[in-house]
Amino acid sequence: MRFSALKILTEGLTGNRGWGAHWRDPEPAEEYDIVIIGGGGHGLSTAYYLAKAHGLKKIAVLEKGYIGGGNIGRNTTIVRANYFLPGNSEFYSHSLKLWEGLETDLNYNVMHSQRGVIGLFHSDGQRDEAIRRGNSIRNQGDDAELLSVDQLRKMLPYLDYDQGRFPIYGGLLQRRGGTARHDAVAWGYARGADQRGVDLIQNCEVTGIDIKAGIVQGVQTSRGAIRAKKVGIVVAGRSSQVAAMAGMRLPIESHLLQAFVTEGLKPCIDHVISFGMGHFYISQSDKGGLVFGGDLDMYASYAARGNLPMVEHVAEAGMTLMPMIGKARMLRSWGGIMDMTPDGSPIIDKTHIEGLYLNAGWCYGGFKAVPASGNCFAHLMATGSPHAAAQGFRLDRFRTGRGLMDEEGTGAQHNLH
Amino acid sequence: MRIGCPLCGVRDRREFYYAGHAGALDRPDPAASAKIWDDYLHNRDNPAGLTEDLWHHESGCGAWLVVRRNTVSHAVLSARLAKGDQL
Repeated sequence: MRFSALKILTEGLTGNRGWGAHWRDPEPAEEYDIVIIGGGGHGLSTAYYLAKAHGLKKIAVLEKGYIGGGNIGRNTTIVRANYFLPGNSEFYSHSLKLWEGLETDLNYNVMHSQRGVIGLFHSDGQRDEAIRRGNSIRNQGDDAELLSVDQLRKMLPYLDYDQGRFPIYGGLLQRRGGTARHDAVAWGYARGADQRGVDLIQNCEVTGIDIKAGIVQGVQTSRGAIRAKKVGIVVAGRSSQVAAMAGMRLPIESHLLQAFVTEGLKPCIDHVISFGMGHFYISQSDKGGLVFGGDLDMYASYAARGNLPMVEHVAEAGMTLMPMIGKARMLRSWGGIMDMTPDGSPIIDKTHIEGLYLNAGWCYGGFKAVPASGNCFAHLMATGSPHAAAQGFRLDRFRTGRGLMDEEGTGAQHNLH
Repeated sequence: MRIGCPLCGVRDRREFYYAGHAGALDRPDPAASAKIWDDYLHNRDNPAGLTEDLWHHESGCGAWLVVRRNTVSHAVLSARLAKGDQL
């Protein structure tokens, strides 16, 4: 189904009864050239770029639940490219560029809003770090602007600038950063992949990976065996379980990250604001809800829901930063399951099994990465060599110690990210 | 989430610092191969369900505990002192 102004007008006048499903609901075939395990944002974008950029046919995406029901529907929708370390920075830069052309590319409204992302700093040392980060972002061709406290006061008059613990010294603004409608990203990629012949197979759980003599043969699923020449694991949140079907133990521990939304309010927060010292960030959805989150709950979990200490911590940080939100009522909270790697950066790589590829370890950066992750993973699966923007995301970097990307600078080991 | 410290009784999760899977206690021999050390340091079973991990009763008695719990339900099943284990 294609969207056009004429179609919207016609449907509007005839009661919107002519809209069809956005994608087919096919039965799984016995064999595919490529099987993608996981129909989340990354899996769908991988399938989309395999079909679109590499012209491949006979691709299936296997999803154990429904399209859009995993972490792609459980994030805080932020899009930015303000990373610092080589390996990460060029990847997120690549992703932001794909975001900027995404709606045209997909002919789908993903409500991409480049409203600007502001990271606050609270000391002279942090200002120096922000300047250095901003320069490195600009050096690679992206945008960053240092805001003085006076500029910031004009843009964000509602912050508590003179709080005792973290007085605000200024901020680093990336105007091209912003938000997007997370569900629409999944739907847009799903529809785009389906239009190019990709079979999106929902309610199809992979229960085994068939390997013979070190070469992948296909997968066992709740809907029968499917043969495949190449298999991609794109199941962040559950990577350890699926990789275990291929006899692999991954450098990943699953953690819990909570997010919250208030009741709908009139527009009051125009940007994405990140208060790193309080582990707090916030933006306002188009519906009016304040969407905010904090840090990990910091223990291994698959529960997809959090505990109260972190709720309290996030609420306290929010009140410290912007006391005005204290009267807003919290409507919902939810948790996502994060693949946490020792250095807090992802993995897009081949495995030791021929034909088996791994896309995992998205830690807390998965949403903004959706376009580039699929684009680079499709490149790897189609050509056999890593995409230039993702060649740092190696699985063996922990073993060798080379090319670790510890963006937080806390040490590349489990439990510190 | 509350954890039953063998020394202090049942206490709030906020009193504890989490230090990852209890596999950390099975430290390989210093002369073990690089492969074994890599596996010990980085790779994890990461179970969805029953697990045993290390918690430090930081704001309590200071004991290191091995806590048996469920990563899907957050149920805490038991906790014992890690003292007897090789660290």
